[in-house]
Amino acid sequence: MADVKIGAYICKGCGLGERLDTQALATIATREGKAAFAKEHDVLCSQSGVDMIRKDIDAGEVDRIVLAACSRRAKTDAFGFDTVAVSRCNLREGVIWTQPDTEEARELTQEMAEDYVRMSCAEVKQMIPPHPNELAERNRHVLVVGGGISGLTAAVEASRAGYPVTLVEKSGALGGWAAQLWRRVPTRAPYADPQDTGVAELVAEVEADPGITVYLNSTVTRTSGAPGRFAVDITAESGGTATENFGAIVQATGFTPYDANRLPEFGFGKSPDVVDQLGLEALARAADGGAIKRPSDGKEVRSVLFIQCAGQRSTAKGHLPYCSGHCCNTSIKQAMYFKDSNPDIDTTVLYTDLRTPGKGEDLYRSGQRKGVIFTKGVAQEVKPGGRGLQVRFKDLILDQEVEVDADLVVLATGMVPNSGVDIEAALKKEAAGAEGGADGEAAADADAAPVQEVSILNLDYRQGPDLPKLMHGFQDSHFICFPYETRRTGIYTTGPVRRPMDIAQALEDATGAALKAIQALENAALGRAAHPRSGDLSYPSFHRDGCTQCKRCTVECPFGAIDEDEQRYPMFNEARCRRCGTCMGACPVRVIYFDNYSIDTVGQQIKAVDMPEESQEKPRILVLACENDAYPALDMAAMNRIGYSAYARVIPVRCLGSVNSIWVTDALNGGYDGVMLMGCQKGDNYQCHFVKGSELAHYRMSKVYDTLEQLQLEKDRVETHEVAITDIQRAPQLIEAMAETVKRVGLSPFKF
Amino acid sequence: MSDLNTAMVEKYRNSFLKEVEANVEEGEWVKMCMQCGVCSGSCPLGPYWEHPPQEIFMMIRAGERDEVLKSTSMWMCTSCYNCIVRCPRELPITHIMHGLAHYAERLGIAPRQNPTRKFALMFWDNLSKTGRVNEPVLGVGLYFMNGIKEGIRTALRMAPVGLGMLRTKRFNPFAFLFHRGCKGKKDIHKIIRKARELELAKAAKFGG
Amino acid sequence: MAKKEYMFYPGCSAERLASASNYEVSVQAMCDVLDIQLNEIPDWNCCGASIGYAGGGELPRLALNARNLAIAEQEHPEQDIVATCAACWLGARETKDRLEEDSTLMRETNEALAEAGLKYEAKQRVRHMVEVLIEDIGYEELGSHVKKPLSGMKIAGYVGCQTNRPFGIEGESFENPKYLDKMIETVGAEPVEKYDKKVQCCGGALAFSEPEKSQAMIKDIIEAAYDGGADMIVTPCPVCQLNVEVYQGQINKKYRTKFEMPVVYYSQLMGVAYGKSAKQVGLDGQVIRARKLEELADKK
Repeated sequence: MADVKIGAYICKGCGLGERLDTQALATIATREGKAAFAKEHDVLCSQSGVDMIRKDIDAGEVDRIVLAACSRRAKTDAFGFDTVAVSRCNLREGVIWTQPDTEEARELTQEMAEDYVRMSCAEVKQMIPPHPNELAERNRHVLVVGGGISGLTAAVEASRAGYPVTLVEKSGALGGWAAQLWRRVPTRAPYADPQDTGVAELVAEVEADPGITVYLNSTVTRTSGAPGRFAVDITAESGGTATENFGAIVQATGFTPYDANRLPEFGFGKSPDVVDQLGLEALARAADGGAIKRPSDGKEVRSVLFIQCAGQRSTAKGHLPYCSGHCCNTSIKQAMYFKDSNPDIDTTVLYTDLRTPGKGEDLYRSGQRKGVIFTKGVAQEVKPGGRGLQVRFKDLILDQEVEVDADLVVLATGMVPNSGVDIEAALKKEAAGAEGGADGEAAADADAAPVQEVSILNLDYRQGPDLPKLMHGFQDSHFICFPYETRRTGIYTTGPVRRPMDIAQALEDATGAALKAIQALENAALGRAAHPRSGDLSYPSFHRDGCTQCKRCTVECPFGAIDEDEQRYPMFNEARCRRCGTCMGACPVRVIYFDNYSIDTVGQQIKAVDMPEESQEKPRILVLACENDAYPALDMAAMNRIGYSAYARVIPVRCLGSVNSIWVTDALNGGYDGVMLMGCQKGDNYQCHFVKGSELAHYRMSKVYDTLEQLQLEKDRVETHEVAITDIQRAPQLIEAMAETVKRVGLSPFKF
Repeated sequence: MSDLNTAMVEKYRNSFLKEVEANVEEGEWVKMCMQCGVCSGSCPLGPYWEHPPQEIFMMIRAGERDEVLKSTSMWMCTSCYNCIVRCPRELPITHIMHGLAHYAERLGIAPRQNPTRKFALMFWDNLSKTGRVNEPVLGVGLYFMNGIKEGIRTALRMAPVGLGMLRTKRFNPFAFLFHRGCKGKKDIHKIIRKARELELAKAAKFGG
Repeated sequence: MAKKEYMFYPGCSAERLASASNYEVSVQAMCDVLDIQLNEIPDWNCCGASIGYAGGGELPRLALNARNLAIAEQEHPEQDIVATCAACWLGARETKDRLEEDSTLMRETNEALAEAGLKYEAKQRVRHMVEVLIEDIGYEELGSHVKKPLSGMKIAGYVGCQTNRPFGIEGESFENPKYLDKMIETVGAEPVEKYDKKVQCCGGALAFSEPEKSQAMIKDIIEAAYDGGADMIVTPCPVCQLNVEVYQGQINKKYRTKFEMPVVYYSQLMGVAYGKSAKQVGLDGQVIRARKLEELADKK
């Protein structure tokens, strides 16, 4: 580290000059922080301020800079120096906006600022100026798996954007389920009548596009590599295998209709006049606009009853617990098939909650106008009898048992995602078993997807052959913030494999997924991270000599980015990496690091804080805050001038998953009186940007309590919190509460 | 049961909804109800309805003709219009309830003893006689609508109210004898007769 | 300011010696100050009110209202029709709206009207007196005539149903209309804040046929006014006025309450504030005397 040249730049704008002794800060930067020089500027983010810094960089005066000004989240354009290592020292949001502007507060405010300058200098000293990965590759070729409406749309959109596409379809024809519909739910005003599906046009466009190569009757038999350099085996049913390389992958494998044979109570399989929605589409296609005839005897249907939520939104064993979203609109559309051809046909939709969001409301009203009867009730039994079928149901409004006759019954069954193998099934079974014997087994059984599991992507990742599933078999990594992202970088899911959706939603969804795929392969070409640290050039490395081959990093990586080599050392697929640092947090021997984020960049900050002697009665609270949610929440609190203890020292971390226990134990050994970890919501409805980080941190901290015991320290001194970006009132309150705790339990005995 | 009612039952067998659409004021709106129940929750006398409006709409669709038309429910409507302004589907619920009550009355199957029915009929007779309401006649008629004995009891109970009105010159005892009403009362009779005639003809046409 | 003229539909309750005769008296006194001339629709008839439906079907009721409208149209087509009674306004306006949007109903109604040699074309607007005050005169002008501010009086603005629903006053909400409170402020009194029975139904015509159910609601209306510290209740509707005022004795008996809450019309408040005498604004027509108002009116 002989050639470390640190330049410290201290801003006096935004009130910093008035509230702080910036000269003293400059002195600390040079004397304690070992900066080559420290320059003050009236408004650092102004052109002259930026020019000043730029000049020093260009002249080779500095390779690392400390910008002692505002939060790292502010002025990112002005301070975008990407050839040097940068540490943003947060004096504005972190200090003067959270402390009262009073004479009494001045001393503590200054101390806070001085510590942050020390911390920044310590951090930047440990950072290595970024350089892109030399292994980065550009491959503009996109693979789309699945030739239904989602896959076709993704292919067309990517091709239109100028990226060549290969589309693999398992069956012998393009179009998927949508191609089997007679008409679709309307997408055009007045949203009142069934509309042409448009599938034929879409298929024709794909077939005519020279930028799109289609493999029919083919599947993906092997996928290896990483964004920018996926290698994929495409095997035809007849046998031949082609291997192609791709920059990114879109998985649009859609759904399988729920097997209505599982609903014997509704007469499916017992009478041919009980059909599911696709069955009715077939009858409508056969009728070709004429009278729809019932399968049993070819008689024209005079009365039809639709049973909504058949085998779905139900907790019964073997049923789908979720709503498939499209079925209400679909039944209304199908009832119109009858009403439009003959208004005298009795059409009844039996529902418990009619869900027709958006323009579906117009379709619903149109159905009512056409005379479709909507009855709120629960179907109990359908059996042959009377003039055809007898339906027994409970009318929920009139609170009575009703029996009606119908020529035809249509079951609105749900969508089961074609999401391949459940790679976490073994883990889930283990967890369920741990919860308690027989019950656990039953739960696992009920949860089992009703469809035969065959791998779709056949990934040769160590974590398993398909994408992880989030809920009910659907593939999804982050429903709230980044719905397209899966936990396998560069592979995007779209359409009903991701969540239940209708055609209109699938079209929009597939367009988004195509763009995400393009973005991923372009990022990979530049050696940059994908979402959410997009643009980050760093990637994880490790010191081979210290590694114990414990595999914890490979197991805990949420994105399957780490494989093992023959000697069981970790092998980082940096293009798959999202730069969360979960591996770094996991490593018991602390050999994993990023150039710009490492055990030392944070550890040295913790050590750099001036630790007052016990007699001064100035406690120190370390706050490790997730840069995605908790840190912005604190920034926003500052913008609203919601203050917190002047004894707190906040360090942003990429994810709580990157927090290595050593930081916490070092802090406690170093005399900190309290340590707080602020991460995102964990669990089923997690908001962690890196899926597992917050959860892992909570787990790891539970182990830290053993250390606390050894040190004979109070457990209260270490806290882990889930903080949302909206917690701008709560986050400062938590710090205040810790300050109170420290007051209560007393100062740490480990001050020197 | 009136002949008209028998005829209607025959004509709309199994389709009370169609009967309502053809014969009841604003009846074509019934099918547009989406069963949210805001009307029932908004009605000031909601708890007293045998079947609140939401249920009435469902019963019509379910073909429960007698239960609807013979019900006292619609006669609980105070015409406060709360349901109308709150209905997310903008159904003219108040009008439909009035219409159902009127239709039941026309068929002769409305609940005979319902006090609001009696008062409402009395009101209409009163106003259509001279074109204007004769308040005292209406009031006294109201007291005696359940017979002489109860009428005297009611009159005695209501005496303080009446006296207060009398004292403040808001009650005219001589109107029993001298209420003139409209000059054009003959015109009014003709207009009403014609309007009723047109309405019945229309109902017959839609039904047939 | 030039004299404003309207075709006036007073309604049955406003007749001499009828239940809202005092309303009519005060309206005339108020209009006198505001230079409003009300031209009574010749030989107007009853609107059918909300309870006429049992005997009268849809078309007879529309035709009955259309007779008034047709006569008004014949008389002064250039003038708006204004009603003071909520039910009259509702019946007349509803008729106009429905005939205007439904050509079949319009044709049939005219067929019935033809029996009396009348024809209706829906040329005039049908308005409530409150609309005239707020929209044509404006609060500022209404306030400028105040000679005796009603200072120190706290008044619960009870809007009720039919002046508020289904049409209501433009720009006001159905759930919490503010115009009555603003009028109370305009005459120098203090409105009861958050009067939560402001738009509660009083039972309307069912006060006669279902007295117990209605009186339970009326009790709440009065109680809420007391809770808000009101000296009196003010209303724009004759049925509201009648129901809330005259049953207080019976309610007191049944619920052991001690209600003695005056219930007045907005036009009476304004008349007094404009310097009219108690008799000129019909305060002698109150079953429960509005003493504070009377005292102010009698003050020289």
